[in-house]
Amino acid sequence: MAARQETVARVESIDVDAYKYGFSTDIESEKAPKGLNEDIVRFISAKKNEPQWLTDWRLEAYRRWLTMPEPRWARVHYPRIDFQDLYYYSAPKSTPGPKSLDEVDPELLRTYEKLGIPLREQEILAGVETRRVAVDAVFDSVSVATTFKAELAKAGVIFCPISEAVHTHPELVQKYLGSVVPVTDNFYATLNSAVFSDGSFVYVPKGVRCPMELSTYFRINEQNTGQFERTLIIADEGSYVSYLEGCTAPKRDENQLHAAVVELIALDDAEIKYSTVQNWYPGDSEGRGGIYNFVTKRGDCRGRNSHISWTQVETGSAITWKYPSCILRGDGSQGEFYSIAVSNGYQQVDSGTKMLHLGKNTKSRIISKGISAGRSQNTYRGQVSAHRKADGARNFTQCDSLLIGPNCGAHTVPYIESKNPSAQFEHEATTSKISEDQLFYAMQRGLSAEEATALIVNGFVRDVLQQLPMEFAVEAQKLISISLEGSVG
Amino acid sequence: MLEIKDLHVSVGEREIIKGLTLSVKAGEVAAIMGPNGTGKSTLSYVIAGREGYEATSGDVRLNGENILDLDPAERAAKGVFLAFQYPVEIPGVATMTFLKAALNAQRRARGEPELQTPEFMKRVKEAAASLGIAPDMLRRPLNAGFSGGEKKRMEILQMALLQPRLAILDETDSGLDIDALRVVADGVNALRSPERAFVVITHYQRLLEYIRPDSVHVMAQGRIMRSGGPELALELEERGYQDYIAQEAA
Repeated sequence: MAARQETVARVESIDVDAYKYGFSTDIESEKAPKGLNEDIVRFISAKKNEPQWLTDWRLEAYRRWLTMPEPRWARVHYPRIDFQDLYYYSAPKSTPGPKSLDEVDPELLRTYEKLGIPLREQEILAGVETRRVAVDAVFDSVSVATTFKAELAKAGVIFCPISEAVHTHPELVQKYLGSVVPVTDNFYATLNSAVFSDGSFVYVPKGVRCPMELSTYFRINEQNTGQFERTLIIADEGSYVSYLEGCTAPKRDENQLHAAVVELIALDDAEIKYSTVQNWYPGDSEGRGGIYNFVTKRGDCRGRNSHISWTQVETGSAITWKYPSCILRGDGSQGEFYSIAVSNGYQQVDSGTKMLHLGKNTKSRIISKGISAGRSQNTYRGQVSAHRKADGARNFTQCDSLLIGPNCGAHTVPYIESKNPSAQFEHEATTSKISEDQLFYAMQRGLSAEEATALIVNGFVRDVLQQLPMEFAVEAQKLISISLEGSVG
Repeated sequence: MLEIKDLHVSVGEREIIKGLTLSVKAGEVAAIMGPNGTGKSTLSYVIAGREGYEATSGDVRLNGENILDLDPAERAAKGVFLAFQYPVEIPGVATMTFLKAALNAQRRARGEPELQTPEFMKRVKEAAASLGIAPDMLRRPLNAGFSGGEKKRMEILQMALLQPRLAILDETDSGLDIDALRVVADGVNALRSPERAFVVITHYQRLLEYIRPDSVHVMAQGRIMRSGGPELALELEERGYQDYIAQEAA
């Protein structure tokens, strides 16, 4: 309870006047030289003392990447990225492997403090038995602090940096890494496979309901450093886990590239809920700067009656290219995608999902809410397909767009393919504007133009907000209001 | 309370209100009657401050203060309330949430403390009960899927909750059956007080049988053509508006 209140209080204290996370932390970094070649890939692998198989895996990805063209099909425009002008590795300098929070650089902890992350969960330290949130803090590339590991270990849940899992649970990593997003998958995922720095690893054993929500806060800090997170979550038979990902980034003039890969695997009767609140720097009022976010997120419902649910609130980044997807392989498996994508200023969003029905009696549900303001462009791109053998596949898609002001755009690009006559796919789409009638009505009752807009927008996204865990829902609602500031009047 | 002097209002290029003068005292219920398309709704919008309804000359004063430069929310905080002819749907926003946000926004603007949830709930539930509004309607999104009668009752509920100084009712009787009309009228009558003024805009005399006006004003061609007591409404009921339309032709 107290942890939740703390989160709520922190969120409420967020200043609504400007993007507040535009500070950077003064910590020395250890960098690889600029650019990318096989030596850099080997350097990254060596830095982490990786086994030979992983070094080879990275190198294979790198060689493949060299042959791949950068994708151009999304409705986003940006100057060509010079991949030789980026750093591919940076780690905060600290004593190797801090054993507890006390050993973590206090400067780093203060950064989290500013961001309002309740990393030091006083009540946990005091041994209070309440609902808990474990935070695996990712600072730039290396996980420097992991809390509650012991608590989780009691339940048999493994939650640690993936760089650590490579050493402690090599059989699991080797079995599942790249099994959902193969190294050959796409330009950015392949790049990530070659140079991924760190990320989270979760394994929930058979029949275990993970006792707390797992949470990772990402933060991009190093100037000109590409971020290549790699997350791997495995829910073994009959298990359940809820994972929260939240992001903020300091203000920078240069565009920052982010190409993460997230792989989820749900075995028989297992369920994974993955929630994201993304608030990376979207660029200034002229559209300069901002994060380029090219992410590959995919879940594999590998077992029978397995269930994967993606919920995302996207408010940040200059460019978002992101399609959290579900492969519905197991018979009777279910996939869900709930999304709120807010764009303002000069932001460009091309986001959506894929629901690939392979197994029999598989079900999927897509609820997407796009909100465009300013001069932004917001595209929903989604694919729903039924394989020849996917008898009884069902999908319901609802895709709503809300426009605020005359200079923004909303686009909907659904792809629907069915090779099985018993599949039932439904697609509903609406595009609306916040009407002058609604604004005038709410203002006549005493609400300011901004309050009225926030209220109307919150009504528009309510279905999706309800899918988020409570702490996240409060944060998300606040972020949406902040993101839309200055979009009216 | 409300003083309008020689008001001219244009919407786009077109002048809709052409030199309207009207005075309504505190405690008074003034009825404005007139044929369709004479600017009655425009008058309600310009008093409430809707964008696009521009007063090109003249004056609208509330308790002596010129309110034409204030935005709609500022006017609301000063006590202007408009019961809409067509209440607007706000999907996904629970009626209760909307009412609380509105009431507390007004209270903040007036420098009053915000109402806490228990006190607020008490007030809403009382007001809802007196208007025959089922509690579960307060949890539904505002006006979304409400029937015409439910929407109008919800307008009166909002009025009861916000306790305005000046309430304008724009064709509140339209689309109401006789039972709903009675409930709405009772709601309005319960709010009549020496500190509050009402402007009741209507096309028909019917509403005025339930809400007895102190004064009746005939509006046509963007002006008040004639003012009188309640008996004027009866005369209009009998003769229609032809005299005033005829004047226009002449």
